[in-house]
Amino acid sequence: MLASRNMRASGARVAAAPAQRAILAARSGRRASVAAKAQKKEIMMWEALREAIDEEMERDPTVCVMGEDVGHYGGSYKCTLGLYKKYGDMRVLDTPICENGFMGMGVGAAMTGLRPIVEGMNMGFLLLAFNQISNNCGMLHYTSGGQFKTPLVIRGPGGVGRQLGAEHSQRLESYFQSIPGVQLVACSTVRNSKALLKAAIRSDNPIIFFEHVLLYNVKGEAGDKDEVACLERAEVVREGTDVSIFTYSRMRYVVMQAVSELVKQGYNPEVVDLISLKPFDMETIAKSVKKTRKVIIVEECMKTGGIGASLSAVIHESLFNELDHEVVRLSSQDVPTAYAYELEAATIVQSSQVVDAVHKIVGATAPVRA
Amino acid sequence: MALQVAITGLKSQSGSQLGLSMARLFASAAASPSIKVEVMPYKVHRIEAPSNVVETNVEELTNFYKLMYKMRRMEIAADMMYKAKFIRGFCHLYDGQEAVLTGIEAAITLKDSIITSYRDHCQHVSRGGSIVSLMAELMGKQEGATKGLGGSMHIYNRKNNFYGGNGIVGAQIPLGAGIALAHKYKGEPHVCITMYGDGAANQGQKYEALNMAGLWNLPAIFVCENNHYGMGTAEWRAAKSPNFYTRGDYIPGIKVDGMDVLAVKNAVAFAKAYALANGPIVMEMDTYRYHGHSMSDPGSTYRTRDEINAMRTERDPIERVKRLLLNNGVDPADLKKIDKEVKKEVDDAVEQAKQGQIPPLHWLWRNMYAEPLGAGMRGVLPAEYHVPAFDPTYKS
Repeated sequence: MLASRNMRASGARVAAAPAQRAILAARSGRRASVAAKAQKKEIMMWEALREAIDEEMERDPTVCVMGEDVGHYGGSYKCTLGLYKKYGDMRVLDTPICENGFMGMGVGAAMTGLRPIVEGMNMGFLLLAFNQISNNCGMLHYTSGGQFKTPLVIRGPGGVGRQLGAEHSQRLESYFQSIPGVQLVACSTVRNSKALLKAAIRSDNPIIFFEHVLLYNVKGEAGDKDEVACLERAEVVREGTDVSIFTYSRMRYVVMQAVSELVKQGYNPEVVDLISLKPFDMETIAKSVKKTRKVIIVEECMKTGGIGASLSAVIHESLFNELDHEVVRLSSQDVPTAYAYELEAATIVQSSQVVDAVHKIVGATAPVRA
Repeated sequence: MALQVAITGLKSQSGSQLGLSMARLFASAAASPSIKVEVMPYKVHRIEAPSNVVETNVEELTNFYKLMYKMRRMEIAADMMYKAKFIRGFCHLYDGQEAVLTGIEAAITLKDSIITSYRDHCQHVSRGGSIVSLMAELMGKQEGATKGLGGSMHIYNRKNNFYGGNGIVGAQIPLGAGIALAHKYKGEPHVCITMYGDGAANQGQKYEALNMAGLWNLPAIFVCENNHYGMGTAEWRAAKSPNFYTRGDYIPGIKVDGMDVLAVKNAVAFAKAYALANGPIVMEMDTYRYHGHSMSDPGSTYRTRDEINAMRTERDPIERVKRLLLNNGVDPADLKKIDKEVKKEVDDAVEQAKQGQIPPLHWLWRNMYAEPLGAGMRGVLPAEYHVPAFDPTYKS
């Protein structure tokens, strides 16, 4: 049911899920040889994002970057390091500190046919640009009767970092998810961050691309310049049978840490990285729920009004008869993120809490396998 | 230094330059004898004023008269339709301000861009849209300019570079800077005219946009249509400095008599040459709206009827052009003929629009996204999914 998209000139689309990597390997010889020649070296996520931006800017002259300190400074998280030397100041535009102003500017430029990547130095700052994102970016294609499109990528780091304080630890996906007309995507690994950002840049829809402050130095392998992921497909991180754990962004690592503990105890959880926060990949989600019949959602959003709240509602409403247990949702507490290390840790979900949740929903001891 | 050259260059070739923009919409200058009109001198800020003697001719003035009268009749028709409940919601009318838009269009081409606020009905028509499609949009019919989904405040015309039609006060100003940025990025010799009101002139995002436009010398012309009232608040009660043409600080500004189409045309042509050579410029059009802020505002609680009537008798833009034409030998019967034709055109358009169709229900999910999503979106009821349709006629 999922339509394939991003059928642009440079070829095959690859989903980053392990299950689908097998299919990739079986494809044409050209792909295999390209994969063999591709560097197997590990890079950090910021480098992967930088590669994505660089490759897309090279491929398409209408792609440009704008944001605070993206040019000469190289980006506060190095995602545009050195690009201004290669592409010039007009294509890697250092803006003054005026989120409302330069977001609107990005939208206006996108209306004429350019493809700006607008960076929010921290996603939290984009609250100042909310009007532009909601009214002029998300709704424009609709209210103009299909005349104008806004192929914008709004990207930046969000989420809870290390003692950054309340105002720099916000989860904007909660607020943006209601805006009609935008797509929300959250990357989590080096491989999917590069492939998804490339897809987002190529997409004609406005995409809000969530990175996480603590993931920029995560190491991994990135794909080559033709690897473009599907923006609406979730990633099955680990197949399992006992329970479906839905998560995204940094919480994926928290979950996987819990999973390594659970596996030792004999459990077999399935982990799905949502990737697409809006719209949800209901195909993958439903398939997982029908298999395990138990759901845990682990999110960094606050309990009130987050992505998990929406997902919980969807699952209860459309998959009620496939569930043996109500959806268990682990979210951050509805408080401003404290500065003190211990209190900050208590605000968000920890892996021990995920383990406890699995014990509660599956049983205190692992199910007996036939 | 570049500024000096641009201005002296403009003064020496102003005749032929204006002739080039006139040729598009209006008759060529060579056709009828030239008339020289002295307009109100411009007030300027950090720039030398252009000459206030404007050359025109009967053909051009007649075309101005026709367009302005068309705008006037359209807005009056919208008023009647609103009172008859064919148009609902918000409806912001432009009557009284016709000279501003007509003068702007005379000085630029359809390849230049215009973006404005919610007072956008006339921009649709001046940018080549039909009156029928405007009326149909106001009535929420599928034949409307934005398929009945946008309404009064969201009229767009992509083909002729009209970027709307924006509901939130001042939000169009950064968009306008972005459009100007795109013109410069692509190396196009076009300007972006960003129109806003005296109320929007106090928005922070205006200064953000001015700063960026100034930093990067974007070909942006910021036009403040000062009709002296931000809904019910007079300009002097909202702005510490109501000299909006100076509010750009380091950015030059010109104040223009916005009820005089010739003054506007002359100034905008000057501004376009400046913007293409140097960068942004602010223009303040001293104008007036006869209606209230919108149809829900009677427009008389914060200003006197005497004031409104004085404007109508002394400064009405259409009457001014009519006087000029009559003084230059045009037969009043000819003008009456134009009046009749325009009235008929507008009335016919209204009737045609009334016959239009309501947009079908499945259009609710059309054009949500420019690219199709494989995923379904949930409907009102549980287990109801919609796959948003995208507009297959949209090419690029």
